[in-house]
Amino acid sequence: MTDVSSALLAVRDLNIAVVGRTLVAGLQLTVETGETLVILGRNGSGKTTLLHTLANLRAPAAGQVELCGRPYDDYEPRAAAHLRGLLTQSQNDSFPSSVLETALIGRHPHLGRWAWEGAADERIALTALAAVGLAGLEQRQVSSLSGGERQRLAIATLLTQQPRLYLLDEPLAHLDLGHQIAILELVQRYASENRAGFILALHDVNLALRYCRRALLLFGDGRWIAGPSKEVLTSENLSALYGHPLQVVGTGASSYFIAA
Amino acid sequence: MPSRRRALLILLLLAVAASASVAVSLTTGSVHLAPLEVLRALCGEDAGLGGDVVRGLRLPRALAGLACGGLLALAGALMQVLLKNPLADPYVLGVSGGASVGALTAMLFGLPLLALHAGAFGGALAAMLLVFGLAHGEGSWTQTRLLLTGVIVAAGCGALVALILSIAPEHQLRGMLFWLMGDLSQTESAWPALLVLAVGLACVLPFSRDLGLLARGELSARALGVPTERLRLLIYALASLLTAVAVNLAGSIGFIGLIVPHLVRLAAGNDLRLLLPAAVLAGGTLLVVADTLARVVVAPQQLPVGVLTALLGVPVFLYLLSRQPQRNES
Repeated sequence: MTDVSSALLAVRDLNIAVVGRTLVAGLQLTVETGETLVILGRNGSGKTTLLHTLANLRAPAAGQVELCGRPYDDYEPRAAAHLRGLLTQSQNDSFPSSVLETALIGRHPHLGRWAWEGAADERIALTALAAVGLAGLEQRQVSSLSGGERQRLAIATLLTQQPRLYLLDEPLAHLDLGHQIAILELVQRYASENRAGFILALHDVNLALRYCRRALLLFGDGRWIAGPSKEVLTSENLSALYGHPLQVVGTGASSYFIAA
Repeated sequence: MPSRRRALLILLLLAVAASASVAVSLTTGSVHLAPLEVLRALCGEDAGLGGDVVRGLRLPRALAGLACGGLLALAGALMQVLLKNPLADPYVLGVSGGASVGALTAMLFGLPLLALHAGAFGGALAAMLLVFGLAHGEGSWTQTRLLLTGVIVAAGCGALVALILSIAPEHQLRGMLFWLMGDLSQTESAWPALLVLAVGLACVLPFSRDLGLLARGELSARALGVPTERLRLLIYALASLLTAVAVNLAGSIGFIGLIVPHLVRLAAGNDLRLLLPAAVLAGGTLLVVADTLARVVVAPQQLPVGVLTALLGVPVFLYLLSRQPQRNES
């Protein structure tokens, strides 16, 4: 079974390309349980494409991705879904569905072919909904939720899946300030308590610095920088990353980046 | 989300309704037969007029309605999942258009009934393969591309149908129009269609939870371990085949495939584990009821059943739709 000593995710010599353009070249990366890694980069720099590749929803141009010490080819799709989960950027709701029903789809990989969701599954979903502040809305139709509520529902669905590696594509999209912090604290808590690992694509440099121990900067032309957030997130690196000068305000623990 | 017990209860009720609709259909008609006589005729004890009417006319027709309604409702529900579009119906990808061209061509040349069936089935399969081949193209098999290709092929078939109708001799027009509107009276045996329906349902039921995820989005379904490529291929082929069998059985009966999945969805929720079998039973029931009405309302004249399915379906659908918002608020 899964080797406990091996990293949750190990990436070797990974190349990612879209329509002939190389986005990421020669990426080396490991993520251990309890870690939070933020991916930063401009629009179109390959954050989403990288997350999809790490989730094995897209084949890399070159290189290997190993989940819990084994390449994805060794896993049945359902078995991989026990170990890694992905928050996608957009959710589709062409057909009506209640909040609880939507959260419960996270149980899919855990249920047998003929099994129905039981009381235990429902408890897991209700706990997840409460964790993102959606308690009491279980019977509401998804179509009646606000954008931020839908985003939190998608996060709750992922929590209901209970993977060990969480890949979050812009988890703070549509969220107000209070919920942004709440979700990031949830991520921190899960990382430390549940022995899970997180990779988040974010756009807020200051929140990334505050909540994510490690950072990966994607420049969109193959170049990348990875390392501890405190070392990598410098005004020099970030100015180059975003193509706009950033400067530091304040000192020490209360220093912030602002766009110049 | 319905519990498993509630789902089984709903299916049981629908099965009772389906049986009742067949029973009513068997006892209704211009030849008056008491229920007991019908029962004796079914058991083969009545060799007279009653036996002929029940075994030779009413039973094949009722079973054909059951099979056809079930096939169309199941195919419609699958197409809606495949195209992630609640407005999809079994005919949206041109299957019935192809069948109509095949069948009308056979009629135009005055070919025998067997050739008509072969033409309808061949036309349906040809349309299905054409749409699939064109939409598959570069390997990018998005539902937009599929939908557009299907709509265009269907439009092309519609033009061919209009062409055939305009050059067809007067005395063939009525038969052609009835075929186009759907007609259950030509059925000899519905058992093959019922068998196809049962096999089709048995093929998708094990994957119904996976299909529910597919309807919510390809990417998130794959992230949850659903093999979406294979699944989409399966439901595309299956929905097309089911439609081809239904069209071959009774012409293109409109509305059932679009409206029955929605009726079930509005009444019992969107869980495909319940929706797929419930749609089969509800579709069969609706079509048997509509066909019974079609042959008794203005007897001895018969109405095209497609007109009745629409006349029955539209008010029920509108009623369910109008009460839906209130349920959302509460």
